[in-house]
Amino acid sequence: METPLVSRDYILHRIRTALGRGAGQAVADPPPARIRVPQVSMELRVASMLERVRALAGEAVASSDPCAVVANLIAGKTALASNAPYLAECGICGLPGVRSGITGREELREICATVDIGITSADYALADTGTLVLLSSPREARMISLLPPAHIAVVPRERILTGLDELFALLPNPAEASSSMVLITGPSRTADIEQILVRGVHGPGQLTVIVV
Amino acid sequence: MRTQPIDQVAAGLPAETKTAVYEGSKIGHEKRTKLLFDHYGDPNRLRTLAGEIKQHVVENLDTYLPAVEARLVANGAKVHWAATAEAACEAVYSILKARGAKKLVKAKTMVSEEIELADYLEKRGIEALETDLGEFIVQLDHDHPSHIIKPIIHKNRRQIAELFEKSGLGAYDDEPGMITQRARQFLRHKYLEADAGLTGANFVVAESGRLVIVTNEGNSRFCLAATRCHIALVGIEKILPRDRDLALFLNLLARSGTAQQLTVYNEFILGPRAAGQPDGPDEMHVIFVDNGRTDVLASDCREILRCIRCGACLNTCPVYRKIGGHSFPWVYSGPIGAILTPQFMGVQHEPALPFASSLCGACGEVCPVKIDIPKILLELRSDVKKADAREHKNRLEKLGFRAFAWMMTHPRIFEMAGRIGRSMGWPSGNKGPMGAWLSERDLPPLPAHSFRDLWRRR
Ligand code: SF4
Repeated sequence: METPLVSRDYILHRIRTALGRGAGQAVADPPPARIRVPQVSMELRVASMLERVRALAGEAVASSDPCAVVANLIAGKTALASNAPYLAECGICGLPGVRSGITGREELREICATVDIGITSADYALADTGTLVLLSSPREARMISLLPPAHIAVVPRERILTGLDELFALLPNPAEASSSMVLITGPSRTADIEQILVRGVHGPGQLTVIVV
Repeated sequence: MRTQPIDQVAAGLPAETKTAVYEGSKIGHEKRTKLLFDHYGDPNRLRTLAGEIKQHVVENLDTYLPAVEARLVANGAKVHWAATAEAACEAVYSILKARGAKKLVKAKTMVSEEIELADYLEKRGIEALETDLGEFIVQLDHDHPSHIIKPIIHKNRRQIAELFEKSGLGAYDDEPGMITQRARQFLRHKYLEADAGLTGANFVVAESGRLVIVTNEGNSRFCLAATRCHIALVGIEKILPRDRDLALFLNLLARSGTAQQLTVYNEFILGPRAAGQPDGPDEMHVIFVDNGRTDVLASDCREILRCIRCGACLNTCPVYRKIGGHSFPWVYSGPIGAILTPQFMGVQHEPALPFASSLCGACGEVCPVKIDIPKILLELRSDVKKADAREHKNRLEKLGFRAFAWMMTHPRIFEMAGRIGRSMGWPSGNKGPMGAWLSERDLPPLPAHSFRDLWRRR
C-alpha cells in the first residue's frame, strides 16, 4: 500500500509537471468575486421572504405574537424547541407539549425521532430565495430541523438579509462561527421518481416560517 | 453514418426507458432555461466569470491544494490523498477499520461511483448504504445510475414499486409519495445505527477549508449529524478560491442542475463538531482523489476540470435524450461523459464516445462554467482518428514484414521476386502505404545480377 505522504507528493508532482511549473511559484490573483447587494427595504424583504417560502410549498406567517401562532400549530401535537435564546424570549419553550433544554446527544436523538415538530430560530434569513440560515451550536442543534416530520422556524425580521450575496458580504463571515452552517430553502424534496415532486424525503416535509 | 457500439446499446433499450429519459431530461432543460433568463439579465456574463474562476483554480492547483490542506488540518480534519481508485477505496476502508466501523451511510457522490466504493466495501464486510432516494433504488436493484444528478431517470414508478415489493419494503404501491415514505422509514433507522457517514463535496474553499455539500433531500445532513465520523471524498479539482465565490456558484449550480433558485440544503462544513455541540461527527476525514485528473490536466483539454457536475449538458443533449445514460460505458454520461470517459480511460479505450454527439452545440450553450464541450469533442474525434491511423499503419507494416519473411524462406519465390524486381525496379513513387513507409527509409539500389546468377555463371 502507498503511504499517504507518497501519494500526496506524487499527486502534487504530477500536477506541477502537467502545469509545467516549479514548486512554490506565486499564484496570480483570481478574477474578482461577484457580489451584488441590492438596497431593499425591510417591508419588501419580509414580503419577499413570505412569498418565496410559500412558492416552495412552505407556510409563511408574519406575526407580532409568534407564541400564539406556534401554540395554534402545535394543537395537541408534541414538539421539541432548540435552545436558541430567542425562542425562550418569545415564551415558546413554555407552551404545553413543547420540550426544550436538551443537551445530551442520545437524549436529543431519541426525542427528535419521536416528536411531531422541531422548532428552531434562524441566525439569518435570505429574502430573495426564502432561505433560513442556521449555525449549528449547543443552542441550535441540527437534528431539530432534520429529524421531525415538520419544522417551524421563528425569525425576528431584523435578521432577514436581501440574499446570498449579502450573507457572503458580512464580516466577519458568519459561517466562521460554527463547524456547520446550513442554508435551508423550502421543505426536503426529491423529483427522482418520474420527475414528480415529493416532499419530505429525509428532512421535514413541512416547513413553517414565522417572521416576527 | 457508421453505427457505433453506443447505437447498438441504445437500440436495445425498451421503449419505456426511452420515454422516461426523454421526458425527464426535457423537463429539466426547459425549466432551467426559464429560470436562468428570468432572474439574470445576462446569464452569459455569469457563466463566463464562473468559467474564469474555475480555470484559474485549475491552472494553479499546485498552490491551491496545499493551501486547502493546511486550512483543513487547522480546522481539525485529517487529510488523505489517493492517486488511484484503488488507493481511494483503501483510504476509506482503513479509516473505517481503524474505528471498527461496520456500517456506513453514503450520500450521493460521483467520486464514489468512479472508484466503485460500495462494491469494494461490501466485499470487505462493510455495509455501504446509499441514502439518496435514487441511488438507494439503484442499489436495491443492483443497477447503475444513468444520470449524474437524477440517477433513476430511466426507471418508471411501476418498476420501482415492483422492486420495493420484491425487496420487502411493502406491498405494491406506485404512488411516488408512498415510495418515498417507505424509503424514508427504512433509511431513518439506518442513519441512526450507522458508524460513519460518507459524502462528496460540491466545493472546497481554499481560503477557509470549508466543504460545501448540496442536496435536496437532506440525506447528507443526516450522514453528518447522526454519525460519529465523517468521510468526504473530494476530486482534486473541486476548489474555489474564496467563500465569496460561493454566491455565484451555488446560484449557478442550482439553476443549471435542477432549475431551482437554490438547492434545498446547502451545508457549509468547517470541521468536526465543537465541544458542547450535541450532534455532528467527532472525526472528519477528507480524501483528495486524483484518479485520472492529473492526466486530464496534462492533456490539451484541461478545461473539463472546471465541470461542477450540474447535469445541464445531459438534459439539453438530443443524443442523451434519445439513448439515455446506460448507453454510455462509464459513470459519467451525456456530453460530459463523452469527454470525461476517454480522457480518464484513454481514447483507445472508448473510441466511439466522442462520436456519440450530433455536435449541435446545445451543451456548450448551457454549461454554467462555459466549457466548450463541442470543441473538445471535435478534438477528441481527431485524436481517435490519429490513434486509429497509427494502429492501421502498424498493421500494414507487420503484414509487409510477414510477407517478406515468407519470401526469404522460400528460395524459388525469392528468386522469382528478384527477377521481377530487377526487370521493374524497386517499387517507387510516394503513393500508398509503401510510399509512406519509404518516405522515412532508403533502400539500397538493386545489383544488376543476383548472387545466385553469378554463382551459376561462374
Ligand atoms: S460540463 Fe458543464 S453543463 Fe455539463 S455537467 Fe459539467 S458543468 Fe454541468
